[in-house]
Amino acid sequence: MNGMTHVTVTINNERHDVKVEPRMLAADFLRDELGLTGTHVGCEHGVCGACTILLNGASVRSCLLLAIQLDGAEIQTVEGLGGVREMHRIQAAFREHHALQCGFCTPGFLMTVHDILGRLPLRSDEEIRDALSGNICRCTGYDHIVKAVRSLVTERDKVTNQ
Amino acid sequence: MKPASFEYVRPETLNDAVRALDHDDAKIIAGGQSLVPMMNFRLVQPERLVDINRIEALTPIVQTDSGVRVGALTRHVEAECHPLLKEHFPIISEAMACVAHVAIRNRGTIAGSLCHADPSAEWPLLLIVLNGEIEILGGAGSRMVTPNEFFLAPLMTEIAETELVTGVHFPLPPFSCGMAFEEVSWRAGDFAVVAAAALVSIKRDRFAEVRLALGGVFDTPVRATALEEGLVGQSANLDEIEAVVSLAAKDLEPNDDPHASAGYRLSLVPVLARRVLARALERAAS
Ligand SMILES: Cc1cc2nc3c(=O)[nH]c(=O)nc-3n(C[C@H](O)[C@H](O)[C@H](O)COP(=O)(O)OP(=O)(O)OC[C@H]3O[C@@H](n4cnc5c(N)ncnc54)[C@H](O)[C@@H]3O)c2cc1C
Ligand code: FES
Ligand code: FES
Repeated sequence: MNGMTHVTVTINNERHDVKVEPRMLAADFLRDELGLTGTHVGCEHGVCGACTILLNGASVRSCLLLAIQLDGAEIQTVEGLGGVREMHRIQAAFREHHALQCGFCTPGFLMTVHDILGRLPLRSDEEIRDALSGNICRCTGYDHIVKAVRSLVTERDKVTNQ
Repeated sequence: MKPASFEYVRPETLNDAVRALDHDDAKIIAGGQSLVPMMNFRLVQPERLVDINRIEALTPIVQTDSGVRVGALTRHVEAECHPLLKEHFPIISEAMACVAHVAIRNRGTIAGSLCHADPSAEWPLLLIVLNGEIEILGGAGSRMVTPNEFFLAPLMTEIAETELVTGVHFPLPPFSCGMAFEEVSWRAGDFAVVAAAALVSIKRDRFAEVRLALGGVFDTPVRATALEEGLVGQSANLDEIEAVVSLAAKDLEPNDDPHASAGYRLSLVPVLARRVLARALERAAS
């Protein structure tokens, strides 16, 4: 398989049958082929977290994944979370707590939070910071991001404790 | 910052994988968390990429007569949470929490980390402290390799390009034993400046077995044999640990690099050695 190869992938609940070159990164595929430019590309070597997406529910770096490896997978990108009119509660919490300024890092943070909120206890702010350590933000100083996540954890635990 | 062209093959069986590797300049991709950055930088430009992610034989974690066999494709996050590993080797979970970040642990694999052979990485250190062995498959069949044979130099191992790691065997630890892991890194998830892993077992209030492994201080992770020998047979208490702790850095000649000076690395060795040995002792006693 050197040339274009057929890939079937579900992205934000929509099925795509496409052909890709094996060397194409998943991040570039989402952005350049599908126009899903919400997934940002910062460093292209796994360090900044801007390109984080969900692969079968787990957060992964789309710059370290080949588009061809998406075959058969369920992908969720920031576009699948919600839009301006109907925000996902994670997006709403980020807005409420001023957890973004320029917004470049935000899609990656949102997808990471989606993953960690679902499976980590996140009892202390230290645990939240540790779980977010793979996402770099140049603007906010992180404090407001931690506050947004703290509010989401409180909301989550209230529901599960009832 | 994009990979050069390559041919992509995705075998579903071990036989097909071995066949696919029998080709000039073929490279395995597992989690891709070390390989793809190098391909993006074009430091690595394989002609053929052999994706082993669909080989089911590489995934299970199972109990064996002598210990636990961990499939090569086990992701860091799976190792961190697996009940069998938590029960017998709690140090694995402790160390995995320090490997990179959530999204990288979701993809990166045990065999990928061992084959990448970064001198500061956690898996090679765990392999050494737990006396693990690596199972390797090639055209000529399967063989078992000890860490001493496997790790040659930074990013260099003994495995041939035509072979693949299929699993890792961890023998059951001794009775009355405790383990501990700790590292110093600049930020959460960074590679360790120095990492230390200890396993001690106690018999009649004395140290029966002591293993101390160190990462980030040499070309490959190493055992602090002088310290180990100094402690075995001594009374199992903190004073005895203190008496030998300076031996941990004996014969070590770490390099200066942009992350830390050799002197700083050396000064961390006794600090971390003391901490992991003390914690391992406490756990062995309880
Ligand atoms: C930002 C960042 C931070 C990181 N921090 C850490 C850290 O703190 N500690 C740490 O240990 N690691 C860290 N890593 C690396 C990470 O743990 C990788 O997952 C790991 O080093 C490689 O595993 P992989 O499965 O992704 O292997 P790949 O990247 O797929 O492969 C790595 C190498 O191993 C070979 N290989 C893979 N599987 C096999 C096999 N079964 N048989 C033979 N050869 C094989 C490949 O050909 C390649 O040469 C970090 C990575 C990133 C991007
Ligand atoms: S662009 Fe993928 S982690 Fe930075
Ligand atoms: S809001 Fe600008 S980088 Fe995070």
